[in-house]
Amino acid sequence: MAIRFIPFVIILPLFFLTNCQKKEGSISYNEHIRPIFNAKCLVCHGGVKKLGGFSLLFEEEALDTTDSGVYAIVPGNHRKSELFKRIVHEDPELRMPQDGDPLTDTEIELIKRWIDEGAKWEEHWAYVTPKVPAIPSIDSNWIKNDIDRFVLQIIKEKGLTPESEADRQTLIRRVSLDLTGLPPSPDEVATFLKDDSPGAYEKLVDRLLTSPHFGERWAAMWMDLARYADSKGYEKDPNRSIWKYRDWLIQAFNEDKPFDQFTVEQLAGDLLPEPTQDQLIATAFHRNTMTNTEGGTDDEEFRVVALLDRVNTTFEVWQATTISCVQCHSHPYDPFRHEDYYESLAFFNNTLDNDIETDFPLLETYAETDTAQIQSVINYIKALGPYKQIQEKAPLDQQIKQALFPRLFPVDVDDIHNVMLTGGGDVGNGSYNAKAGEGRQYFFKYDDIKLDKLTNIEVTYFTEGNDARLDLYLDQPDGELLASTSFNQTWGPEGDQKYRSDRLKTLEVVIPAKTGRHDLVFEIINTTGKAPEGIVWIKELLLDYSDFTPSNDWMKQTDALRQLRRKAERTPIMQPKTAVFKRATHVFERGNWLVHGEEVQPTIPDVLPQIEKESPPNRLDFARWLVGEENPLTARVTVNRFWEQLFGNGIVSTLEDFGTQGQPPTHPELLDYLALRFSQDLNWSVKALLKEIVLSATYRQSSRVTAEKNEIDPYNYWLTRGPRFRLSAEQLRDQALAVSGLLRDTIGGPSVMPPQPEGVWQLVYSSERWETQEEDRYRRGLYTFWKRTSPYPSMIAFDSPSREFCVSRRIRTNTPLQALVTMNDPVYLEAAQALAGIMEKEGGQELERCIEVGYKRALIHPPDQETVHILKELYQTAMEESTKPDALEPMTVVASAILNLDAFLTKT
Amino acid sequence: MSYCNHTKTYLSRREFLTRTSLGLGALTLGSLLNPLEALGNTNLTLNGGVLGQPHFAPRAKRVIYLFQSGAPSQIDLFDDKPLLRKMNGEELPESVRKGQRLTGMTAGQDTLPLAGSLFNFKQYGESGLMMSELLPYTSQIVDEMCMVKSMYTEAINHDPAVTFMQTGSQFPGRPSIGSWLDYGLGSDNENLPSFVVLVTKDKRGQPLYARLWGNGFLPSEHQGVQFRAGKDPVLYLNNPPGVDMGARRQQLDHLRQLQEKQFQTMEDPEIQARITQYEMAFRMQTSVPEITDTSDEPDYIYDMYGPDSRKPGTYAANCLLARRLVEKGVKFVQLYHQGWDQHGNLPNAIKVQAQETDQPSAALIMDLKQRGLLEDTLVIWGGEFGRTNYSQGKLSVDNYGRDHHPKCFSIWMAGGGVKKGFSYGATDDFGYNVVQNPVHVHDFQATLLHLLGIDHERLTFKYQGRRFRLTDVHGHVVRDIIA
Repeated sequence: MAIRFIPFVIILPLFFLTNCQKKEGSISYNEHIRPIFNAKCLVCHGGVKKLGGFSLLFEEEALDTTDSGVYAIVPGNHRKSELFKRIVHEDPELRMPQDGDPLTDTEIELIKRWIDEGAKWEEHWAYVTPKVPAIPSIDSNWIKNDIDRFVLQIIKEKGLTPESEADRQTLIRRVSLDLTGLPPSPDEVATFLKDDSPGAYEKLVDRLLTSPHFGERWAAMWMDLARYADSKGYEKDPNRSIWKYRDWLIQAFNEDKPFDQFTVEQLAGDLLPEPTQDQLIATAFHRNTMTNTEGGTDDEEFRVVALLDRVNTTFEVWQATTISCVQCHSHPYDPFRHEDYYESLAFFNNTLDNDIETDFPLLETYAETDTAQIQSVINYIKALGPYKQIQEKAPLDQQIKQALFPRLFPVDVDDIHNVMLTGGGDVGNGSYNAKAGEGRQYFFKYDDIKLDKLTNIEVTYFTEGNDARLDLYLDQPDGELLASTSFNQTWGPEGDQKYRSDRLKTLEVVIPAKTGRHDLVFEIINTTGKAPEGIVWIKELLLDYSDFTPSNDWMKQTDALRQLRRKAERTPIMQPKTAVFKRATHVFERGNWLVHGEEVQPTIPDVLPQIEKESPPNRLDFARWLVGEENPLTARVTVNRFWEQLFGNGIVSTLEDFGTQGQPPTHPELLDYLALRFSQDLNWSVKALLKEIVLSATYRQSSRVTAEKNEIDPYNYWLTRGPRFRLSAEQLRDQALAVSGLLRDTIGGPSVMPPQPEGVWQLVYSSERWETQEEDRYRRGLYTFWKRTSPYPSMIAFDSPSREFCVSRRIRTNTPLQALVTMNDPVYLEAAQALAGIMEKEGGQELERCIEVGYKRALIHPPDQETVHILKELYQTAMEESTKPDALEPMTVVASAILNLDAFLTKT
Repeated sequence: MSYCNHTKTYLSRREFLTRTSLGLGALTLGSLLNPLEALGNTNLTLNGGVLGQPHFAPRAKRVIYLFQSGAPSQIDLFDDKPLLRKMNGEELPESVRKGQRLTGMTAGQDTLPLAGSLFNFKQYGESGLMMSELLPYTSQIVDEMCMVKSMYTEAINHDPAVTFMQTGSQFPGRPSIGSWLDYGLGSDNENLPSFVVLVTKDKRGQPLYARLWGNGFLPSEHQGVQFRAGKDPVLYLNNPPGVDMGARRQQLDHLRQLQEKQFQTMEDPEIQARITQYEMAFRMQTSVPEITDTSDEPDYIYDMYGPDSRKPGTYAANCLLARRLVEKGVKFVQLYHQGWDQHGNLPNAIKVQAQETDQPSAALIMDLKQRGLLEDTLVIWGGEFGRTNYSQGKLSVDNYGRDHHPKCFSIWMAGGGVKKGFSYGATDDFGYNVVQNPVHVHDFQATLLHLLGIDHERLTFKYQGRRFRLTDVHGHVVRDIIA
């Protein structure tokens, strides 16, 4: 085949999108070669298939010999390179790509030159740690800060022009919606318009950044990533109480918790030294995975599903890496190996939760109104001479446990292995799976118990047979056997009666004399393998010490404390498994959790910088590594998310994928500049980052779009105008409630159930109801109770995900169902009515004035004459209708029209 | 649903470009940087579906999928197993079970006694297909039917299994079949969504939820629209009290004037798209009640579908409604009927289920046929897995239960390019394993798409760097069942 030389200048359409600009003449792997390999070669010579023993995914593989013994690539010599020979081969049978069109002459020429220039390999831009880029020296009056220099540079290169600053009404509406998710109030608008000082806009921004609603707006964004929901998912989808995590998010954004801390607390707050309750609640991030409570499901199967989801979510949220691809095989396009996945999974594999219905482990917290009462009972118990020291500084849940000691309850176990914990607070070796569980051992464990003077343990339980036994080991499951006692039947199987948990017996386990503090490991053994005869449920263990006899009063008080404990809010959190019950992590062959491959240790994927540590790293090390200086992705991925929220597109438009299959950044230097500025100069301050962005001229531009601009750049990738796109589901609701004065802006608390049509809430197995509390009718959208299997209709209509999985980016659509929501959903009708009321009250007798009031409240701008005229006409038509007895007030009709204007539904 | 949204968005851009004398050539850079393109959505065409044209000539133009949620017992309905009656009460041989994973509900059972069906089977029609006495009406349409007795799945619990049937994955997050079709083929009706969901009202059983007709990672305009029985067949379809259609029209006209006025200063095609969607919503306010109000149907039609068909929200009424919808060009009607999960008391409970579904299902086939619609409408009847040949719980002379069974189950199809009076695949004499022509869930899905003219490997959506499809990386078209 003859090869024609084509000057490569004309064949680089992607040149403007690439990261590092090369001097003319030299070939860059990333710019010129990788796209060809990706498109034409990797399907067969990548991570999934390595036909002929040849893969182009990793440098060492590409430059190694192939199955035939020859080198595919011989740097510096294309003639000796098998790869080159094969792409130009005359015989179509031998020519690559097989079964595909031959490479173009241009592509062949590029590959030839690349090999001859030494076949220099380059890592994909996203895996290379960003370096401080030079700030373009471009100057212009338009520029407000350095962001603008990067943006204007490219605008100029493209021969385009930016827009000038938007008018002040547009600006205050835009920046208020962006920073707080709420429109400005008429007073706020008036204050801003009056302030003609040069710093007026910055003052406005500062005020918005300190608004308590700031946290709500950004929590709403993060909740999609955290797949936050108020239910457990899957078939039965029972309710879950995890709103404290949502409130933690709001608080974290409001107090501008640095993003590195924000990360570490969510992923590994439980591993921090003496974690606070807040740090534990933060770990609920990964307890938002679903729990399968369907009858007959294998808990381990769905624990594994949740675990996989945690790995995938972590890599999507912080690394924009589609690591889920390597669950079953090595990545077809990106440099991740199959084992990399399980080595990453090993960081997450050792937490206590295991898909059981109660969502164990749970953190107990108490409403302030209950605290005093609980504290007084604790104090009383303390005065009675408690056996264990009660630490007054400890969180209340810890104090309660200490006050109840030496009574031990199943909910307070420190680790479990195979045992079930029930909603009723029992621990047992029972499950549907008595037979399937054959060969399993059932353990539970209490840590750090004082053994001096411990004489025996009174075990309260119930069982249907005589076939279960309790063994007690010192410190570990194969430790010294301290005692072994059999259970006696507490009730006989009479007909088809269910378990009767009130028929209890108490068993005394005699403990040989020991000293010091130790862990107690209990094993329940089904001696015959029969169910239910060999299944036992334990309610309580009372430790008897020779120097402490519980008085009647002490028992009464501890019972009272247990009653009070029921008032707790219980939030699922992460807790580490203890050393003796650590799970080994294996590769799952082809992703099948039942087929274990080799065992792996927690390790960062090879392509990324590693954790420097002597001892094996844990989840906390992993979290710190994510926000460490060497990590090339976290800061880029994060600034890109915030950028997308403000501009409608990310600098990398595929927020969720920075890999080779994602889109390249439109402004690579700006991305790196922002990433480094955020993680270094601004110390991970989200507020400071947002402030810099919204102060830029780029952000402040008018969003005016002309036919010409729309033709050249319909999605505004080159940022020649301000953002203009439809508001999110939450923002739409909040805005309608705010401008109509209905919004109840209480922050935080349990999720609420605003009215929704009957029949949406479909639950077959439970008595859970959708009940609207009057005071919660008009709360902000992020507080709406999120039932995974029947999400709130208007949320779904406006592109919310179902929150079963992490979603980085909502795809904006425009559908008739949305029109039905904003025209007919009672919430919007009530908003229209309330707005009409304000219009009539403030506008008085004069119709034009009424219209102006309503329009201005909603759109901030005053209406022009023609608009007033059209709305007046609508009012008059509605007046004619209003002779009908039940017709809507004409002003409501006008208000509803205003609330459906494109300019209202859109951020402009 | 599609409502030709892309049509509208893109048409309006075309209109807009025409208006501004730019023409389509000017779109080049736009499509180069189209954000949907980043999602792999590169082929948007003007008819609303990403494919524009099907890959090859479709045998079916629309689908009615009668989903029997909870998993009907194939052994008592379609797949007669005389051996089980003979061996009634005997232990399931391990040589048959071969260590198959059981659900937690029977895994603990000491014995797995085989349970022969209490119902008699007979051959029907010219084709001689076997049917249970539970289905006297369905027995009359066997000559239209393509019975597949060799279905099998991977999931053993309802939620993963239903999700698998409907989305090709056991875990939530993927688009449902109807969403894929809407994404691929778009809409044939300007006034109705192309993907409509009907759920039998007030049934008990496994929960059904929006995810099953959800769009997954596709844009949300492709989600199914549930038509509900009652006065608000689509959520928020009705005007608020006190607004009649005349008043709404007035309001929309004025709103439109304002939107158009805005477009003059802000030439954002989204504004025009919004105007169009408000108009579509208005049309739906008329077209949906028109179609859901079946009072114009003659008595003989009601008689065909049975007495329940006069009660909105019943399975029978939904079957009738499904026919009305496909008549109007709705592409995919997904019905759900719950209540087949008979772990215990099967012989009694299944009678109720059969009675609710038998006559209307058969009537739907006959009704489509008499209208000439059956030829290019594919009807599917089936659940998410099968039921065990052994009894869950106690086996008595007149009672038994059956647990979930993934290794085999039966579904039937009719119309739309499948063979008539045809039975495909077979299970062993124990009704436990497939022994001939196994059809995996992905094969079924590949075949369904094939009948609609779609190559299941070529209807893809790029998400998170990967091209996803309904059949994941599996699925073979079952050519033997295609007429």
